Amino acid sequence: MYDIIAQNPLSAALVALVGLSVIFGAVLGYAAVKFKVEGDPIVEQIDSLLPQTQCGQCGYPGCRPYAEAIANGDTINKCPPGGQTTINAIADLLDVEAPTLDEEHGEESDVKTVAYIREDECIGCTKCIQACPVDAILGAAKLMHTVIISECTGCDLCVEPCPVDCIDMLPVAKGLGDWKWDMPVSPEDQIKGLDTSGIIATDKIASDKTDGDQAA
Amino acid sequence: MRKVWDLIGGVHPPENKHQSVQSSIGTLPMPKELVIPLSQHIGAPPKLLVAEGEHVLKGQVLAEPKGFVSVGIHAPTSGVISAISDHPIPHPSGMAARCITLIPDGEDRWVETKGIETKGIENYRERSPEELLNIIRQSGIVGMGGAGFPSAVKLGARQPISTLIINGTECEPYITADDMLMRERPQEIIEGIKILSYILGEPEEILIGIEDNKPEAYEALEPYLKDTNIELVEFQTRYPSGGEKQLIQILTGKEVPNGGLPADVGIVCQNIGTTHAIKRAIQQGEPLISRVTTVTGKACQTNRNYQVLIGTPISHLLEHNGFDANQCPRLVMGGPMMGFTLEDLNIPVVKTTNCILAPTAEELPTPPPAQPCIRCGMCAEACPASLLPQQLFWYAQSQNYERLEAHSLFDCIECGACSYVCPSNIPLVQYYRASKGEMRKLAQEKINSDRARERFEFQKARKEKEEAAKAAKREARKKAAEQARAKAASNTEGSKEGNASDKTASSPADDIIKAAMARAAAQKASPEEQREKLKRGISRAESHVESVQKRLNGLEPEATEKQREQALAAVEDAQLRLKDAQQKLADLKLSTDSDAPDSSQPSTEKAVMAKIQASPKEALEKKIATLKERIAVTEEKIAEADDEPLTAALKNGLEKQQTKLKDAEQQLAETPDQSAAQTATPETEDAASAAIAKAQAKAAAQASMSDEDKLKATVESLQNRLKKAQEKLTSAEEEGSEHIDAFRSGVEKLQAKLTAAEAQLAQETH
Repeated sequence: MYDIIAQNPLSAALVALVGLSVIFGAVLGYAAVKFKVEGDPIVEQIDSLLPQTQCGQCGYPGCRPYAEAIANGDTINKCPPGGQTTINAIADLLDVEAPTLDEEHGEESDVKTVAYIREDECIGCTKCIQACPVDAILGAAKLMHTVIISECTGCDLCVEPCPVDCIDMLPVAKGLGDWKWDMPVSPEDQIKGLDTSGIIATDKIASDKTDGDQAA
Repeated sequence: MRKVWDLIGGVHPPENKHQSVQSSIGTLPMPKELVIPLSQHIGAPPKLLVAEGEHVLKGQVLAEPKGFVSVGIHAPTSGVISAISDHPIPHPSGMAARCITLIPDGEDRWVETKGIETKGIENYRERSPEELLNIIRQSGIVGMGGAGFPSAVKLGARQPISTLIINGTECEPYITADDMLMRERPQEIIEGIKILSYILGEPEEILIGIEDNKPEAYEALEPYLKDTNIELVEFQTRYPSGGEKQLIQILTGKEVPNGGLPADVGIVCQNIGTTHAIKRAIQQGEPLISRVTTVTGKACQTNRNYQVLIGTPISHLLEHNGFDANQCPRLVMGGPMMGFTLEDLNIPVVKTTNCILAPTAEELPTPPPAQPCIRCGMCAEACPASLLPQQLFWYAQSQNYERLEAHSLFDCIECGACSYVCPSNIPLVQYYRASKGEMRKLAQEKINSDRARERFEFQKARKEKEEAAKAAKREARKKAAEQARAKAASNTEGSKEGNASDKTASSPADDIIKAAMARAAAQKASPEEQREKLKRGISRAESHVESVQKRLNGLEPEATEKQREQALAAVEDAQLRLKDAQQKLADLKLSTDSDAPDSSQPSTEKAVMAKIQASPKEALEKKIATLKERIAVTEEKIAEADDEPLTAALKNGLEKQQTKLKDAEQQLAETPDQSAAQTATPETEDAASAAIAKAQAKAAAQASMSDEDKLKATVESLQNRLKKAQEKLTSAEEEGSEHIDAFRSGVEKLQAKLTAAEAQLAQETH
């Protein structure tokens, strides 16, 4: 045995390597079948970052299809409701440079809007109900419809099909519950005198008088 | 002396407490109007119970708690409700919220029931803790230290409580409300602690935490602690030792877990003011309608504590203290560390207002502009929550919320110690507050988007299901239409293409046969059932005969000839029917009698199997044999029978058997040349076989017919149907039936079909 190997080192090495590759190939093949991942995990991850308005402004019928398209190489800047935050998050996930929002698909708006139906004008055609991607419109044929505001994603899709144009997209009412502190002005801006707000009492610049004092 | 742990971090800003403790807790004249915000606590807003223009008495419930984490509000004095509208409330945002405006009538008359109990409870130990908790909740008592969390919820914790801590720390500069309360009303506070202890099931330890800068309060409380298990613990003055978690750590060394509550480590913490309010509510039946508030700052001439009615405008407080607006650049509610600036002097005092601070510009100078962070690490040393303020600052600036979360931003108590010590004057706590708000918003958005996704996916699944159901229906209809077409095609093509017709013609014929068999099988009931049915029929017929005869007999002699005739006809008819039914029964009996030998289940099966297995010819031969036997039996019976109707019935049966025999013999003769013998079932006497034969004959006839003939046949049948339909229609018209429309439309349809068929026929012949 040893003699044979010593006499034919080249073929012995060849046999050994082929043998190893066969074994590892079998192991990998088995693992590929046994531990197959169902679905595309990256699609799930992208989908979870998208805002789920299901508005179709990206050109795909819903957020998941767009997530699939991104996974297949589409650009990541087609989502106006998500805006730059979403683009940054996806860019982070895919480890690519974050592009700016493609204005072709719409503009990012700071104000979140939801649909309201002017109920006296509604004729009960159910067209908006069919258009709503999240079943947030309530009503029946020939009966008044109304929007479940808490479920409305503000996707806009119900406005166009309405034959009597009785759906308005109105900004969400801001209450005390939605209020949050503003980010302080950065030190650079503060030095430039752009600070107009404060936090705790010691940080607050309130009146013009103080500003005058400061200047003086 | 009890072991006291040190506060982690912390700062010691100038206390400035001496100004406001010079005189006792004062009272103010009644303001012109009181503005009571509906929601002064954390949790669900209460339900409004009063309307504009209504006259209310002091202590009357204005709004009742709605939901678990909620408390009510009460009228601080008697008067008229002038408005229920949006009014600026004490909140850092300066926003407006729903408020009740009350114009006092000056009488200050108490409501009869004093809110909850007529005169309070003398001996609270007679009541259950649940009852007392409900009184606390109904009395509108919330944490008066600043957060405004409903006290009943806090005291109703499910966890067993081993330590009750009363927070008399009041660590923030300037504020002395709790200090003065402890000095002036120690007895009431101790009484309140006893009530709390009773509600909590007498915890092992009851501690009052107090800073060493309040020796007067300490001395005032001490005499009342004799014969109680309440322990007064003094510790070093340091901000923010009054924070709930910080105080727990100082007094017990225990740390409240991240995201947990003090109750998780068996501790409940209550503020001095809250304890006092609970005592008043339980023993005096007085809801939370006033509180002690410090009015201080150099912009006010007098610095003092007042017992202020909830809803008193701050301007009223300031007016009576010689407030100089020119000296005061900003008015602060709360302390200088954690308070917020007020934009409007008409903002009311609420349940959580412990201090109104009116400082001069020198007293509370505007911080100089922030400089870049020099990484000195002083903020980390000052942080009482052991966080890394510097790291948090970087992450907050870069909006790296993931890292902020990892660095436990939500453990920050926003005490402002880091901002206070920062040599670069960076408003650190403002960054944390803003980031917290942003993170809460993102978390809410995440919840919303997850729900939207769920709803979207559910809708998609639902639509797919509906689509599938529709497709299945369509498929079924298509199949039916195809079958009908194939049938029609085989009818028309049958004779045209001689050779090809065999296959196409046979399949519809088979279908027809199968259908007929199924029908026959469905109709054919077991002999027993048939017998039952017939017996029932007979009894019905008999009763019918009787009733008809009665009617005949009962007819008046002067009845017309016609009536009599009718009645007679009816009797005859009924008798005929009876006879028929009896005959059928006899028939059935006969057949079952002759079948009796092999009526048991297994043998019947065997016989059937044999029948199926046997060739048609054999089966026929066998049947002929059995028929012959049966005929013989019947003949014997006829000979034996002496009863007239039975003989007739038997004779009838015999005749039938004979015809059957003849049929069978004939069939036997035909069998050898029958190619489709397999399709015919062996049981020729069956209704199914009759239908099969008919269908076969029809199929054969159709196959042999030319197209023209077929069309002619169709036209003929259509004409027949049309005639029938028209007859029905006329009769319906005569009777005025409600289905007249249906009949008419049926006639119209038939006419249309007929014309179409005729047109086709005309085409064929040309």
